[in-house]
Amino acid sequence: MPACALLIDFGSTYTKLRAIDLDARRILGSGQGPSTVASDIMVGMKAALTDLEKRIGRLPQFKYRLASSSAAGGLRMVTVGLVRELTAEAARRAALGAGARLVGTFAYRLTRGDIEQIVALAPDILLLAGGTDGGDSAVILHNAAALGRSALACPVVLAGNRSAADEAALLLGAREVISCENVMPEFNVLSIEAARAAIRKVFIDRIVHAKGIDRAQAEFDQVLMPTPAAVLEGVRLLADGCAGVSGLGPLLLVDPGGATTDVHSVAGGEPSVAGVIPQGLPEPRVKRTVEGDLGMRHNAAAVVEAAGLARIAADACLAPARARVLLDRIARDVDSLPRSAEEAALDQALVRASVKFAVARHCGSVETVFTATGPVTVQHGKDLSGVGTVIGTGGALVHSRDARAVMEMALADSAEPLSLRPKQPRLLLDREYLLYACGLLGAVEPQAALELALAHLEPVDTETPHAKALGA
Amino acid sequence: MSAKQKVLVTGVIGSDTHIVGNRILSMALEAAGYKVIALGALTPAGDFIKAAVETAADAILVSSLYGQGELDCRGFRDLCIEAGLDDILLYLGGNLVVGKQAWPEVEQRFLDMGFDRAAPPGTKIETVIAWLACDLAARDQRPHPLKA
Repeated sequence: MPACALLIDFGSTYTKLRAIDLDARRILGSGQGPSTVASDIMVGMKAALTDLEKRIGRLPQFKYRLASSSAAGGLRMVTVGLVRELTAEAARRAALGAGARLVGTFAYRLTRGDIEQIVALAPDILLLAGGTDGGDSAVILHNAAALGRSALACPVVLAGNRSAADEAALLLGAREVISCENVMPEFNVLSIEAARAAIRKVFIDRIVHAKGIDRAQAEFDQVLMPTPAAVLEGVRLLADGCAGVSGLGPLLLVDPGGATTDVHSVAGGEPSVAGVIPQGLPEPRVKRTVEGDLGMRHNAAAVVEAAGLARIAADACLAPARARVLLDRIARDVDSLPRSAEEAALDQALVRASVKFAVARHCGSVETVFTATGPVTVQHGKDLSGVGTVIGTGGALVHSRDARAVMEMALADSAEPLSLRPKQPRLLLDREYLLYACGLLGAVEPQAALELALAHLEPVDTETPHAKALGA
Repeated sequence: MSAKQKVLVTGVIGSDTHIVGNRILSMALEAAGYKVIALGALTPAGDFIKAAVETAADAILVSSLYGQGELDCRGFRDLCIEAGLDDILLYLGGNLVVGKQAWPEVEQRFLDMGFDRAAPPGTKIETVIAWLACDLAARDQRPHPLKA
């Protein structure tokens, strides 16, 4: 009997299972059930297990049963910082890196209106930052006091000026406060790992229970992290490798979903051209961005707004009026899947636009500044032009008849020379939606997780003849 | 309050890449016991202020070497006031204007813009350190009306 692992994703729509043969590094099978967190999580879990059993026969004794969750609205977070581009931005990045779904970001002194808004948002966790260590403490203390007096019930992760931390924790009152290292201990130094770890700990200790996921406890060992964090861990493992197995090196992953498009990158992002001056907040090597306005279903209208109806229609070879009719149909029924050729063409145009904008926003850009001594090039964000691998996942991309045409939208474009998108990466498809599973499995058996991912990512790039060398 | 290490923000404003003097100044100020937040070359006015807000800086020292100082620094004090830094000490130094102009006039122009000190080319680092000691001590004597 081989050692097996069961990886569970309690998603927002589906409960997904992947059963893995750890010794052979292969997928035994997948199972899927509805997401039933709102009522009784066990209903969906049992349906998924039954589905899995139908596919692979009697279920083995699993050595590991690890879960991630994005159910019940995901890990809903609000972040608060001081200056919008500095500690507020650092807090935002920490939350996104922890796999959160950001429902609100605030900067400077919280007003009464802000507090009312935060209470109404009812986040799962609030991340409070502000001030460098030894820097400003007035604003974080003001904000801690305002939150302390409010009806906000959720735990607060406190990651601001350490000189103000004790007082801020007191002002926050009776609610649970987890203090950790400042997200910006020194000016323009980003330090988000401690906050990420603190958020994850609160997630495991509190949120899993609060959302009722632990009612399925008999069927799993542990919920390790929010699903987006599991994907990020999978991507990190795939890029960096582990002891004994080398990874793919710098890479980018794009995941167009129904409501948002996520982009993850693992790369330093330093300028690739000599003489270019980086500006702004340093970028995290492992970075996740979420485009809340780019989604195939819930945000199809927003994608069209960003790209323009004419362009979407032209890309789908549809008359604009016809595209409008089909878009209205999507808006009325966001669970619909494309059936006709026209609908598939529209979906292809939507996913191409989503990938294009999401990757462009994730990647940095350069601009030329004219100085007295001549032109100087400055870079904002990450230079990902040299990234060696781009991975695509997500239903709309995986089910596309021409995945290559979608993934090409992630690449550098000579029409937009200032955008630092990947130039000549190999293109891979995560067809099995395996990266969350690898992220979870990586926590216990990194080598098996990595080799599993390497064996199952499918080359899209037909121009690379030695795609099989991937597994080497 | 006086026990706290004083924080200074330094940088070269505008589209100006002349970093060497500013870097030497920053190092000397650090050696003199200050915590220096060095923003380097090509720094927009707004970035000085954002850095000062986040680090609760006591002073901002702006360098300008390429003759555009007057344009780049216009409204600098107003930006500070807008950001709640009403009382912050503002210094400016370098080749502040183009052409031959009498220093007292130039100095007055920048003092009128809200800078507390303006340093002509050739100003010694020791002079700047003495100014800082004097001005910061004077500020410590006063009660802070706005710092909560």
